[in-house]
Amino acid sequence: MRRTGWYLGVLAVLVAFLLPATACAQSGELEIFSWWAGDEGPALEALIEHYESLYPNVRVINATVTGGAGVNAKAVLKTRMLGGDPPDTFQVHAGQELIGTWVLADRMEDLTFLYEEEGWYDVLPEDLIKLLSTDEGIWSVAVNIHRSNVMYYIPENLEKWGVSVPTTWDEFFEIAPKLQAQGVVPLSVGENWSVIHLWESVALSVLGPDKWEALWTGELAWTSPEVVATWELLDRIMEYTNPDFASLTWQQATDMVVDGEAAFNIMGDWASGYMSTTLGLKPGVDFGWAPSPGTEGIFMMLADSFGLPKGAPNREATIAWLRTVGSREGQDIFNPLKGSISARLDSDLSRYDAYGQSVARDWQTNRIVGSLQHGVVANERFMNDFATTVMEMFLTTRDPVITSNAAHAVALQAGIGL
Amino acid sequence: MADQPAVATGTPAHDLQLSRQKAAGRARWGRVAVYGVLILLVIIYLTPVYLTVVTSLKDPAHIRLPTAWEPPRPISWEGYATAWRDFAPKLRNSFILAVTATALSAIMGSMNGYVLAKWRLPGERYIFPLIVFGMFIPYQSILIPLFQFLRSVNLYGGLPGLILVHVVYGLPITTLLFRNFYAELPDEMVQAASIDGAGFFGIYRWVILPLSAPAFTVVIIWQFTQIWNEFLFAVTLTQPAAQPITVALANLAGGEAVRWNMPMAGSVLAALPTVLVYILLGRYFIRGMLAGSLKG
Amino acid sequence: METSLVRAHREGASSMRTGKDRLIAGLMLAPSLILLGIFVYGFIGQTVYVSLTDWGRGASLALQPEITFVGLENYRQLFTGILDVRFRQDLVNMVFFSLIFVVACLGMGLFLATLLDRPLKGEGFFRTVFLLPMALSFVVTGTIWRWMLQPRGGVNVLPTLVGLPRLEFLWTTSRQRVLQFNWQAVPQGLILLAAVVLILLGVRAWRRGTRRKALLLGLPGLVAGAYVLLVGRGVNWSGLPFPETHGFNLALIGIIIAATWQMSGYTMALYLAGLRGIPEELREAAQVDGASRLQIYRYVELPLLKPITLSAVVVLGHIALKIFDLIFAMSGPDNAMTSVPAILMYLTTFRGNQFAKGAAIATLLLLLVSLLIIPYMVSTLRKGDEA
Repeated sequence: MRRTGWYLGVLAVLVAFLLPATACAQSGELEIFSWWAGDEGPALEALIEHYESLYPNVRVINATVTGGAGVNAKAVLKTRMLGGDPPDTFQVHAGQELIGTWVLADRMEDLTFLYEEEGWYDVLPEDLIKLLSTDEGIWSVAVNIHRSNVMYYIPENLEKWGVSVPTTWDEFFEIAPKLQAQGVVPLSVGENWSVIHLWESVALSVLGPDKWEALWTGELAWTSPEVVATWELLDRIMEYTNPDFASLTWQQATDMVVDGEAAFNIMGDWASGYMSTTLGLKPGVDFGWAPSPGTEGIFMMLADSFGLPKGAPNREATIAWLRTVGSREGQDIFNPLKGSISARLDSDLSRYDAYGQSVARDWQTNRIVGSLQHGVVANERFMNDFATTVMEMFLTTRDPVITSNAAHAVALQAGIGL
Repeated sequence: MADQPAVATGTPAHDLQLSRQKAAGRARWGRVAVYGVLILLVIIYLTPVYLTVVTSLKDPAHIRLPTAWEPPRPISWEGYATAWRDFAPKLRNSFILAVTATALSAIMGSMNGYVLAKWRLPGERYIFPLIVFGMFIPYQSILIPLFQFLRSVNLYGGLPGLILVHVVYGLPITTLLFRNFYAELPDEMVQAASIDGAGFFGIYRWVILPLSAPAFTVVIIWQFTQIWNEFLFAVTLTQPAAQPITVALANLAGGEAVRWNMPMAGSVLAALPTVLVYILLGRYFIRGMLAGSLKG
Repeated sequence: METSLVRAHREGASSMRTGKDRLIAGLMLAPSLILLGIFVYGFIGQTVYVSLTDWGRGASLALQPEITFVGLENYRQLFTGILDVRFRQDLVNMVFFSLIFVVACLGMGLFLATLLDRPLKGEGFFRTVFLLPMALSFVVTGTIWRWMLQPRGGVNVLPTLVGLPRLEFLWTTSRQRVLQFNWQAVPQGLILLAAVVLILLGVRAWRRGTRRKALLLGLPGLVAGAYVLLVGRGVNWSGLPFPETHGFNLALIGIIIAATWQMSGYTMALYLAGLRGIPEELREAAQVDGASRLQIYRYVELPLLKPITLSAVVVLGHIALKIFDLIFAMSGPDNAMTSVPAILMYLTTFRGNQFAKGAAIATLLLLLVSLLIIPYMVSTLRKGDEA
């Protein structure tokens, strides 16, 4: 009896050693670092669940750090990376926020092999792949796509006030006094970063997609008349916004539109998720949307993505995670819950609401450019100085030339377009 | 206020009585005024608490600026349910962390204070300020070397490392409080014990420690509150399994669309233990300060 | 506050205690000293070192960043770079915030303690209410007060509940500024301030009869003051090419209110303890002398609270100089009107990847803290020696 027990023990140990190698290639722990919590937590949890059903031997550690307007997550991640303790994979805005910080520092592995194996070159828009790549490789897998240049309104209210949705800023300036006369704020704005969010939509309308891109390659100077014109336009628009913007979260700015205190708000499409999920409004009926004035046919995108850090403790499980993140099934599980759309052109649109379907259609047909505020087109140093210095100079002086000069100097220091 | 200055002597008896009545009347009005001011202050001090509780009980769709002051209707317990669900697994960490780190930093601070106040050591006049200076470090600025050090001694990720950090950065203030408290204990007592043959530990055990209760109260309240509420170290130096509730609290306000009832409910729940400490020990807190422990 | 008698006893007692026990005493202190040596001075040393380099420039997050020694370049930029205006504004904010916050806390705490220092029904309740905010974390306080001070809701609409017009102050969003000055005049201003202090100290020494000391202090003060007034007028010593206006941002008022709400309970407890600790005989003696209640308060009680005020200033001062979570939670990272260097350091380092410049800001913060703590330490230590 005793002897049998002993044999069984040995067998169990042997099986335990052999199983992972034979039955399933992936095992151990996988630490996923992100700042997704609150209303976005369930989307990530669903994706992790999907992953665990595919790779049951991997134990996922969901390491979430939030707070401090996203800076806390950056502080923890950077402290860990500098301390030589990278998580297996981490959430990062696709584009320069990843490239300028982590690729430049040689901390990421090239994922070209994965894109080839999974055939992602064929299902992702070329514009997107360009934004995720450098000459040396392609660096992350986008899990979702958000649109930045969206303007929200309540159709019923617009009717009541007797105005229609402006398609250009000139039209906006025509109806704005009419709204003000009725005690309505024409455009609601939130705290500092949402002013930058507004500026990028405004700048896109002035510059158009080509010059917007040229700004980030250094071909268009920050001091050029066109760029100065973007600040002049923003200055005019700010006359029609709420004076207390700096103390409002973006949600409270959206609330102003919902409550009929303001007519329009320009925000990314998480505002749609807020209105439909939290406030229970029906997209397309209770609230409407349009591209921000003057950006029809252009999709200013931002995306969250995951990459493969060099020295990831469990490289195999991480690669499996990236495969899941980039898969059609994974994206269509994650995005309807997150309120974003799939980066893939072959996603199952029936899983999305009216708003998501409309964004997805634009994603397939529009010209795609990257957002500044959300990390696509400029490195973190530029983004930080743009927020702390350039925007502050604009708000203090309201002088387009001084602001442009400051932005020019910041771009030089941060090595934009070099 | 009842003890008004005595009225000059020599006045006729009924005059004296009259002026006493007047004084008593004035005193009564004075008391009414004092109560009035105090109640007004209480209302002002509790207004933010009211707003927090009201918001925590609202349905997120009803949380709007124009109606912020209105009571919740209907009352929604969703915020508390979610907050509790997120806190429950981290509660144990928080208690272990706060209790252990508070106890250790109090004990070490007490020992340091005893040494610095009652023993002459070479260079002690420099040692004390060098210790106290530690409390002025802005912790964000030393995050990277701190992380690297903890990793190199294999303490990154778990509770022991976090406890160590809180103990070390608690030492300056606990040493300061205990040293100032002990400095006011008469040296004769130490001397007497010394003559009786008590050594270093004997004096501490039989003379110093029995008198330390007020100082320990202040130090424990202070440290417990600090450590219970601390977020930056907690989020940087631990892996999810060892995180205290402050990390969960931050996550309640995370995400793109914040449901404000959740962080508000979380704030109320997270504050309960420290509030309880203040309610139970508040009286001793003042007494501890009275005993000189926070004085210069 | 040791008397010479006690001191003598202490010396006697010490000598009576054996060398072995003194060794034990030293050993008991050693762990704390070693730990603080690493965690405080080691890490400060590292921060200072980083602040003197360029820390890998663009590739600052490399595993082995390429580090070049650049001397004081980061500091030079902070004080004279046009783009670093935010740092200078934060510095000014910090000074105003710290001064007003400390004074407000002391005032409020003294007021509360004076009210409570009498036989009252429900004293325990009042005390607990005023202490309560101290139990909260700054993040929680910040979140609550962010709602309280929303211009569109919060306290601004409170008057409408009783039929009054709503308040229009923009609180943390306000861009109003008072007490404005040009940053280029700061060097002259600081020298003048130092000169005035020296001259005043000199005058005091003269009155006390220590002529030599008076001249030693007063003369350099006079010379420096005269030099600034004669030579320095209209000259730009700041190194800043363009005039730059700073001042007290009214947006800070909201932050100060929130911080005072949280910390006034602490000063109240201190002062209450102090008032209760005043021997009844002193009050009675003053009463016998015919002093009114108010006079007793003014001439007997307040002077006795001085040492308490001094230590409260140090504790509140270190909170004020390190303030971070509260402002971050109340007005976000990029509201420059209410920002302080601690926030800028966090953003510069972890959002902007400029580790060297962040370290320079941290070092400057520590230097400022030293300015506060060293005089305090010198004064307490000297008191010990004089006694």
